[in-house]
Amino acid sequence: MSTPLDTHPDTPGTPAAAAAEPQRDMAQLGLAAVLVVVGAYTFYDATTLRIGFGDPVGPRVFPYVIGAVTVLLGALLAVATMRGDVPEAEGGEDVDLRQPADWLTVAKLVGVLMVTVLTISFLGWAVSGAILFVGSAWSLGSRTLVRDVIVGFVLSVSSWYAFHEGLGVILPAGILDGVL
Amino acid sequence: MDNLSLLMDGFGAVLTPQNLLFACIGVLLGTFVGVLPGIGPAMAVALLLPVTYGLDPIGAFIMFAGIYYGGMYGGSTTSILLNTPGESASVMTALEGNLMARAGRASQALATAAIGSFIAGTIGTLLVVFFAPALASVAVEIGAPSYFALMVLAMIMVTSVLGGSPLRGFIALFLGLTIGLVGLDLNTGQPRLSFDQPLLADRIDVVVVAVGIFALGEALWVAAHLRRSPLHVIPVGRPWMDRADLRRSWGPWLRGTAYGFPFGALPAGGAEIPTFLSYLTEKRIAKRKGVDEFGKGAIEGVAGPEAANNASAAGTFVPLLALGLPVTATSAVMLAALQGYGIEPGPGLMTDQPELVWALLASLLIGNALLLVLNLPLAPVWAKLLRIPRPQLYAGILFFAALGAYAANLQAFDLFLLVLLGLLGLAMRRFGLPVLPLILGVILGPLMEFRLREAMAISGGEVAGLWSEPLAVVIYVVVALAVIAPLVLRRVRPAPAAVAEDLDIPAVEEEKVR
Repeated sequence: MSTPLDTHPDTPGTPAAAAAEPQRDMAQLGLAAVLVVVGAYTFYDATTLRIGFGDPVGPRVFPYVIGAVTVLLGALLAVATMRGDVPEAEGGEDVDLRQPADWLTVAKLVGVLMVTVLTISFLGWAVSGAILFVGSAWSLGSRTLVRDVIVGFVLSVSSWYAFHEGLGVILPAGILDGVL
Repeated sequence: MDNLSLLMDGFGAVLTPQNLLFACIGVLLGTFVGVLPGIGPAMAVALLLPVTYGLDPIGAFIMFAGIYYGGMYGGSTTSILLNTPGESASVMTALEGNLMARAGRASQALATAAIGSFIAGTIGTLLVVFFAPALASVAVEIGAPSYFALMVLAMIMVTSVLGGSPLRGFIALFLGLTIGLVGLDLNTGQPRLSFDQPLLADRIDVVVVAVGIFALGEALWVAAHLRRSPLHVIPVGRPWMDRADLRRSWGPWLRGTAYGFPFGALPAGGAEIPTFLSYLTEKRIAKRKGVDEFGKGAIEGVAGPEAANNASAAGTFVPLLALGLPVTATSAVMLAALQGYGIEPGPGLMTDQPELVWALLASLLIGNALLLVLNLPLAPVWAKLLRIPRPQLYAGILFFAALGAYAANLQAFDLFLLVLLGLLGLAMRRFGLPVLPLILGVILGPLMEFRLREAMAISGGEVAGLWSEPLAVVIYVVVALAVIAPLVLRRVRPAPAAVAEDLDIPAVEEEKVR
C-alpha cells in the first residue's frame, strides 16, 4: 500500500472555495491526487519486476493496466469535480448529515486504535482490548468511566477465554500471563 | 430427482445436536448483531467471521447460514422500528414498515417481515438447489477465457449498473484491484507493492479488508456524524397477524419472491431493484383493488419488499456457488469466509466438494426455519437493543472489529492495516464511493489475473485467445450491453435521489412531532 489514506478528508472543502462555488467539493481534488499518486506508483512498481519464463502475460501487465486506469480515473474525477460533481455522502441509522462532520472524534478514535496496535504485543488482549473499549467510548462522548471500565474488562477477558476455550485461538495474555 | 437426494444427504450431515446448536448460536448472534443500529448484514457477517475460526468447515457453514439470515432479519427489524434503513435493500421495507409501526401495528409489520422472509428464503434456497448444480455442470466446461470474461462481466455489472455514479464505482473497483495486487506474484514469486515488508508480501488478509472497510470504516463515519438527538424507538409486543393480515400478505410474499430470486441469481445482482419493483407492484395492485393504504402503513408494502430482499439474498448463492462470483457485499464477505477455509469457490466447487455445498444449502434451510421459530417470540427483546447508548455501542463495534482482524493471524501489523483500511472506508463514505466494487476487486482481482495468464499461456501469447470460446464472445457482448444499458435505464428508472426524498418526508415530520 502506498499512501492512499494520508489525505483522509479532514478538510471538507476549504472555506474560500465553498463560499465562491458552493457546488464544488474541493476535498475531492485531494482524492483525485491520491488516485494519481497510487496509480503512478503501481505503474512504477511494475517496471521493477522481472519477467518470468513461459508466461506470455508476465507479472507486469496487470499492474500496468490497473495503475494506468487509476491515474486516468483520478484525472476524470478532477475534471468532474471542477464541473461541479458532488459526492452523495452515505446515510445510515445513526448518521446525521445535517451537522458538520466531527473530525476530532475520528482523530481520537484513530489515536485509541493506534495505542491498541502498539501495546497489544506486550500488554496482551485482555488489557489492550479493555483500553480500546474504554478509550473509544470516552472519545464518543461517554462519561460513565467506571461502568465503561467494568464493561471493557468483562468484554476483553471473556473474549480471551471464549477464543482460548471455545475456538482454540490463543490471544496474547501479555502482562496477565499466568493470571488468565 | 438427484438434487433432492443430495440435499437429503446434506441434511444428514447437518442434523446433529452439535450442528443444530451451532445453527441456533448463529441465528441468535446474527440477529443480535444485525438488530444493532448501524450494522447491516455484510458488517454482521464480517464482524462474526472470527467466531467460526475454530470450527470445522461444516460447523462453520452452518453457523454462517444462521448469521446470514439472522443479520438480514435483524436489519429489517431496525428499519421498521427506527425510521432510517441501514442499507439500500431495506429502504422500501422502512417506508411502509415504519408507518405501520407508528400506527401501532409494529407487531404485524415484524410478523409479516419474518414470515415473508422465511417463505422467500425457503423458496429461494430450494431454487438454488435446482439451479446451481445445473449451472455448475455447465461451468465446469468453461475454459479460462470465458471465466475471465465472466469476471469482467461481474465487475462491470456491479460498478456501472448498480449505484448512482459509474465513475465512483470504477474508482472503488480499481482501489480494490490495487489492494489485491499487494503481495507475491503468483507466477514468478516477486513481491508487488510490498515496500520490502515481508508481512505485506504475504498478501493482505481479505478478512482484514472486509472488517476494515465495512465495520471500522462505518464506525468511524458514524462517529463523525453521530446523531446527537436519540432516535425514537417504537415499543413492540410479540409479533402476530390476524387472518385479514395473512390474506393481504401471501400475495405480496410470493410476488416479492418472484421478483427477488432472478435479480439475485443474475450477475446484475442486488436487492435494490427487486424491492423497488415489488413495492411499486403492490402499490398498483392495492390501488386497483381500491384498498390503497400506501402512505398510511400498508402491510403489503412490508410483505412484498421483505420477501424480494430475502429471495434475492438466496439467489446470490447461485453465482456464488456455481461460478465463485459474489454480487452483493454480504456474499463477497461470505466468499472471503469460504476462502479462509482453503475452499476455492468457482466452477469446480460443486464437483470437488459436493458434501460441503449440500451441507451449506441444507443449513441455509435450517437457519431460515430456526430464524422464524426463535425470532417471533424474541422480537421484544431485540427491540430493547435499539436503546443501547451509542458511545458504548460503537466502542463495542471497534472492539470486535479489532478482535476479528487480530485473531485471523495474531499479528499487530494486521491491526495497523485495519486502521489504514478503516480510514480508507471512512474516506469512501465521505466521497460517496460504493464499498462493494472495492471488495469485489480485492477478491476477484487475483483470480482474474490467474485466469488471464492461464488463457494466454494456452493460446501461446495470442491476445485473440481471450475470445476463442463462443461463450466468451457472448459474455463480451453482454458486457457491451451492460455499459450501454445504464445510459438508457437512467431515463426510465427514477434516480435514487427521488427515493431518498420520499424517505426524508417522514423523517422531517417526526422531528416536528418531537
